[in-house]
Amino acid sequence: MNPLDRKLFRDLWRLRGQVIAIALIVASGVGVLIMSLSSLEALKETANAYYERYRFAQVFADVKRAPRSLERKIAELPGVQAVDTRILQFAVVDIAGFAEPVIAQLVSVPERGQPNLNQLVLRSGRWLTPGRVDEVIIGEPFAEAHGFKPGDRIEAVLKGNKRTLTIVGVALSPEFVYSIGPGALMPDDLRFGIFWMGREALAAAYDLEDSFNGVALSLLRGVEPKGVIERLDNLLEDYGGIGAYARKDQISNWFLMNELEQLRSMSTIMPTIFLAVAGFLTNMVLARLIAIERTEIGLLKAFGYSNLAVGWHYAKMVMAMTGLGILIGWGVGYGLGQWSTHIYADQFRFPFLLFRPGPTSFSIAAIVSMTAALIGAAGAVRSSVTLSPAESMRPPAPPVFHKGGLFQTALAVLLDQPSRMILRQIVRWPLRALMTASGIALSVAVLISSLQWLDSIDHMADTHFFQAQHQDIMVGLVEAEQESTRREFANLPGVLSVEAQRIVTVNFRSGTRLHRGSLNGIAPDARLQPIYDAGGKVVPVPPGGLVLSTKLAEKLAVRPGDKVLVEILEGRRPTLELPVASLFETFIGMPAYIEMAALNRLLKEPRRVEFLDLLVDENEQADLFAELKELPSIAAVMLRRAAVDEFYDTLAKTLMVYISFFIAFSCTLAFGVVYNTTRIALSERGRELATLRVLGFSRWEISYILLGEIGLIVFIGLPLGCFAGLGLAWLMTSAFESELYRIPMIIEPSTYGVAVTIAMLAAVVSGFIVRERLDKLDLISVLKTRE
Amino acid sequence: MVAQADPAAGTGAQTPSIRTRGLTKVYRTGEVEVRALNGVDLTLYQSELVVLLGASGSGKSTLLNILGGLDRPTEGQVFFGEAELTAYSESALTRFRRDNVGFVFQFYNLIPSLTARENVALVTEIAPAPMAPAEALEMVGLGERLDHFPAQLSGGEQQRVAIARAIAKQPRILLCDEPTGALDSASGVIVLEAIQRVNQELGTTTALITHNAVIADMADRVVVFADGKIHETRVNEKKRRVSEMTW
Repeated sequence: MNPLDRKLFRDLWRLRGQVIAIALIVASGVGVLIMSLSSLEALKETANAYYERYRFAQVFADVKRAPRSLERKIAELPGVQAVDTRILQFAVVDIAGFAEPVIAQLVSVPERGQPNLNQLVLRSGRWLTPGRVDEVIIGEPFAEAHGFKPGDRIEAVLKGNKRTLTIVGVALSPEFVYSIGPGALMPDDLRFGIFWMGREALAAAYDLEDSFNGVALSLLRGVEPKGVIERLDNLLEDYGGIGAYARKDQISNWFLMNELEQLRSMSTIMPTIFLAVAGFLTNMVLARLIAIERTEIGLLKAFGYSNLAVGWHYAKMVMAMTGLGILIGWGVGYGLGQWSTHIYADQFRFPFLLFRPGPTSFSIAAIVSMTAALIGAAGAVRSSVTLSPAESMRPPAPPVFHKGGLFQTALAVLLDQPSRMILRQIVRWPLRALMTASGIALSVAVLISSLQWLDSIDHMADTHFFQAQHQDIMVGLVEAEQESTRREFANLPGVLSVEAQRIVTVNFRSGTRLHRGSLNGIAPDARLQPIYDAGGKVVPVPPGGLVLSTKLAEKLAVRPGDKVLVEILEGRRPTLELPVASLFETFIGMPAYIEMAALNRLLKEPRRVEFLDLLVDENEQADLFAELKELPSIAAVMLRRAAVDEFYDTLAKTLMVYISFFIAFSCTLAFGVVYNTTRIALSERGRELATLRVLGFSRWEISYILLGEIGLIVFIGLPLGCFAGLGLAWLMTSAFESELYRIPMIIEPSTYGVAVTIAMLAAVVSGFIVRERLDKLDLISVLKTRE
Repeated sequence: MVAQADPAAGTGAQTPSIRTRGLTKVYRTGEVEVRALNGVDLTLYQSELVVLLGASGSGKSTLLNILGGLDRPTEGQVFFGEAELTAYSESALTRFRRDNVGFVFQFYNLIPSLTARENVALVTEIAPAPMAPAEALEMVGLGERLDHFPAQLSGGEQQRVAIARAIAKQPRILLCDEPTGALDSASGVIVLEAIQRVNQELGTTTALITHNAVIADMADRVVVFADGKIHETRVNEKKRRVSEMTW
């Protein structure tokens, strides 16, 4: 090993505290990027593989009742590869020991084996036995939530008949990755489950012999779903079809894609910020670190080393520090990526997981970090090697200070000399102070933008579940019924108030823009679930037109006063042009409202209701549940309390995992920056401080001079960081929009407080570590040597 | 304001200011043992100006560091008046330096961010009975350059600011380690004149290390070090004025 390399190793060992702090900064940036990108990559790959292996359909359609003979016609539609017709129903399930009614989505499968499409992954047990009409395969999430296993029995009400079903198998399906009940926002595995039953059994139970009410198609390679959907709609129109839709609108896939989209926003924006911040900090820290090496650089040149050799020596030093950070970041990122992928995979119920991160994220992270570090060091090395050796071996001439206006004034009289030193030091190198303050500000900003998620999600939940909704239970009916149903519900035990809604599936069109969604008919005097603007007010229901959520209006590019073409996909399937009366802001989904009477008029139907909001006396809730379990007409029971729990539970498992990593990384950044700044300031000013010790200043007094300066810079950095945090949060929340969520930008004052406290804590800890060193300053060497 | 004149000041009366007994300092670096001081007995008297001569490594700087409370001996004792410095705690030594000792270094060690006046004020702010910074700078002939920053002063001027900073607290002892080492002869003379003036007007006990034998002529007493011991002590019968010296 040549002497320079030996020097390199010893220098790295001598600077080990800083080496680790720099490596941690680099590792934070690299780790976040790898964690995010690798898990996103893995989830996408897993979803695609799952869909392909288990033949997830590409087009879906629901009809009232169509004859099986239609199957052949569907199969002959151009572009269709395979057809699978089936029977889909909802049933109320009574589970012993579980008070609330549970809803099962019944899906028919062939008794003799896997369906053509949407094949099941049998996780335990066996397939159905032909001829055994009471056998059922249930979804794994539901089975796990209740502890069911093959052999257990469940009571269910199928079209008014109570049946005892025997569980023979537990399965997963690509169709129900996200198994979500009608109208629900988050999976609730306790209250909603998928039941696969034999085709013959379901046909018999629901009088659908030789008929079907659901179709799934796969398409030939390269065929766009649009044309097929049109032709399929034509074919199904006479049988009560409610509009075919492509895989992208299939509910489980839509949720999954939205989640992945969110993950993508998060895994690009946050890590980019982290990597940029880490790059900036590495750059800043290394530039100052090398500047201290000035004398050694002069010495090496005096010995005859070329500028290139000296430059290379320091480049290696920088590469070693950064390289260590990259390695740590790779390892941590890989581990966390795998871990968070598992968490997501659990949430999404993938039967297998493909975690094979490609080299891209690893390379991007390494190249960005290394480049930032080398550029930072290069500036400092260049300015040192351009000096003549003799000059650089002399200590730099005392920097020129000037008396600013500030120091001429009365203020100067108030300050003691150490305080003047602190102020002049900052005024003399304003750029350096600003850079350091920016470094601290950036770490505070990253902290704020990570922590604000907690505030935003709380605000979102509060607005959606508590401000906008006041019902305890929302009941969905199998199909729209007479308005008198409302009175029947009002008479159930414990029901204090009932309000009705009618929700129909529609296509909204405006020019070439199309959105398949639902139109919500509500009463003008609705109190339990009014139209609620996220800004905090109830929006009045206009007598005619539509009230659209801003996100939907944005998608359709319409404003109040514009007309929207509404194709109702149910009943007589009328197509109407309706004016947009007003807009309102929501955080979740893309709802649209209309007055219920107007909706019924448009449908040319008498007053009908499909959903009922119930306000319930808690004391009689158990009786109410018991009654609900006996009702044949119920397709959904949604408890607001359970929905809130599920919302938090789901987010806690997914989003929060990420956010807590971001918070941990932000803390690392904050500490890395403050520690390095303090440590470098000590190297730069050790001699000055030792002189003061010799002059009789105590340890505390010299600590004041050094740490006071850092403290002042931190103090400047904190408010800057709060502003920058606001900016970052805005940037992130606006980039985070999906059709499913808009994250409101809410930063509670306490979040600023926490971020600032963490930064100050990092400063205090760094201060203590450096103070240790101040105590060991070598006073004697000051008298002897220069620098 | 000038310090109250010690009855013995300028008279050469033999009141001990600081004294050492059997002072030994051993540095250990790995397996090598360096005996920097080897049983030194020395007394500095009030108002006395002593020049310490000797080759590099003869132990004079080590002695100065121990006298100033910057370092501790391996063996032996140091007495300041009746107090035993060697028994002092770290913070008591800091206190001792703050109240009683002025240091002048070869490389000035001024704080670049403070003006001449402020560099002096740095010390007067924490000393119990200081003179005004302007007065101290006046004494070293820098009354006109009070508000200049170190970068605006020549080497000799910077060293005189350092002397003003050292004496402004009216220390009992002034310790100067090669104060002219980094200066040309003309500047060196001006700096030594300042030290001599302080010694005479304030009666500060002064110890001055130098390699330059010519400078020894300004001393009351010359102590020559060799191999960690006092090799020779001589009293100057006739001190020379600094202005008469050249080198």
